[in-house]
Amino acid sequence: MSDLGNAQGEPVSWPSNSLSQVPFRVYTDPEQYRREIERIFKGPSWSFLCLEAEIPKPGDWVATTIGETPVVVARDKDGAVHAFVNRCAHRGNLLCLERRGSVKPGAERLTCIYHGWSYGLDGRLLSVAFERGVKGQGGMPPEFRKDEVTLPRLRVALYAGLVFGTMSAEAPEFETYIGPEVGAAIRRVLNRPVRLLGRSTQILPNNWKLYAENTKDSYHASILHTFLTTFRINRLSQPARIFIEESGGHAFSQVKLDYAAEDADYQREQLRADSGFRLQDPSVVDSVDEYGDSVSVQILSLFPSMVLQQIRNTIAVRVIRPRGVDKTELDWLHLGFEGDDQTMTERRLRHGNLVGAAGYISLEDGCVGGFVQRALTGHDDGSGIVMLGGHEAEQEPVRASEAAVRGFWKKYRALVGE
Amino acid sequence: MDEALVRRGVEDLLAAYAECIDEDRLEEWPDFFVEDCRYRITSRADHEAGLPHGVVYAASRGMLSDRITALRQANLFEPHNYRHIIGPIRIKSIKDGVAEVVSHFFAVRIMHDGDTTLFATGRTLDRIAVAQPPYRFIERLVVLDSHKIDTLLVIPL
Repeated sequence: MSDLGNAQGEPVSWPSNSLSQVPFRVYTDPEQYRREIERIFKGPSWSFLCLEAEIPKPGDWVATTIGETPVVVARDKDGAVHAFVNRCAHRGNLLCLERRGSVKPGAERLTCIYHGWSYGLDGRLLSVAFERGVKGQGGMPPEFRKDEVTLPRLRVALYAGLVFGTMSAEAPEFETYIGPEVGAAIRRVLNRPVRLLGRSTQILPNNWKLYAENTKDSYHASILHTFLTTFRINRLSQPARIFIEESGGHAFSQVKLDYAAEDADYQREQLRADSGFRLQDPSVVDSVDEYGDSVSVQILSLFPSMVLQQIRNTIAVRVIRPRGVDKTELDWLHLGFEGDDQTMTERRLRHGNLVGAAGYISLEDGCVGGFVQRALTGHDDGSGIVMLGGHEAEQEPVRASEAAVRGFWKKYRALVGE
Repeated sequence: MDEALVRRGVEDLLAAYAECIDEDRLEEWPDFFVEDCRYRITSRADHEAGLPHGVVYAASRGMLSDRITALRQANLFEPHNYRHIIGPIRIKSIKDGVAEVVSHFFAVRIMHDGDTTLFATGRTLDRIAVAQPPYRFIERLVVLDSHKIDTLLVIPL
């Protein structure tokens, strides 16, 4: 029964150097998961922390995570953004308990509820309760140097209204990490100040990598997600390109649409009397070419855990948060722009039906990873086949390729090792 | 208007609505709304922050019908059902033939393999046309207590 069951205790092994074979145990092995947290999320990678728009004012803070490490992001009185581990230096208590907040005006400090140690918005220890004791008794010994205590600080990068952080001193500068083409594709979408329209979190019953791969997998799009073909939308769209950055970790795909022709086509379709399905209210896809470049879909993934999505006029940041070897939380930040008028906001809200936990072209992604995870439980020997379009992770002019998925594994193997 | 009469009509509407969904008569679901309706599912956190996004966002009865056509014809997911339990119902006001109603609910999700979990809790903030029967929703705002949704949401709440 060599093809059944878990090879407990043995490290995950790769069948070859080829990127087109992925051992299934990479999704089920707790030790592999622990390695990923250390070598990817705490390693030389950059993770999305929050939007600048979520901490607009001095004193605003957000509590988030990188991997499973709790992190605070805060804006100080001079407007600078800092990030540090959300763990009091004294006894390790969570410093910020809520998801977001703002310090009391004038106080400019975060105080631990347990013993009252307080920190500046840059993570430096400012005060210790009863530091000098009570009536000369007790207190901290003279060798305790308050000014030498700082919460572990992250390197922070602000880019196009997004805040990124890394725990690694070895990570390259953020712009080097993402490369110029991916940077340009981020700035293409986030080309003006954003406005947050809403947030939601989808619990995925699967390993985080199954979703990370899914966002790079253009193969499944028209097969698993049949909404657009069922309603005869997107017939005039053309795959434009898939770009894969050199390390393989970051990628984006673009689809172009002749907006005017689609509009005319849809009018004609409405008049047809055959039995096909029609949207009763097409405003869910009724789009404008807001960037003036005919790109109607751009899905961009930054290794390891962020996706920036433009699907017609719905724009969102998705953050993949590992929560154990077989559980993931997917945070959605739905965006518009400060300059949007009411019509544009309404359009974005209607297009919002396409994405998220209830999204017409995304809800299947919420369950399909769980189906894979269930199939692998107790039967995780062997490897998956990621061979469509060959074995390399080079950029492709066509969609019938899994090159971007192979890119994920190229970057993954460089960081996690064999 | 006779408040007791309106109350009985509202209770009947809410009960029939839940029954329609839970008994999988989803094709009838849009009929609980007026043509020019609003239906949105949001979270308590977004609602309190005044954020307009909806996990589901419909601005016409046609959009509700499209939801059901997509569910039946296009979307792929494991078969499941809900059981809605509706708690307290409070009529906040009745004015110009429109009742403003707040009610509380939870929905249990029963998967095809029998796995049963608490899927959603929350309240519904409704504006209901009550001038004459049949009562219909003008606006239904479902405010989920949690911002987390397990796996997917395809059957309406």
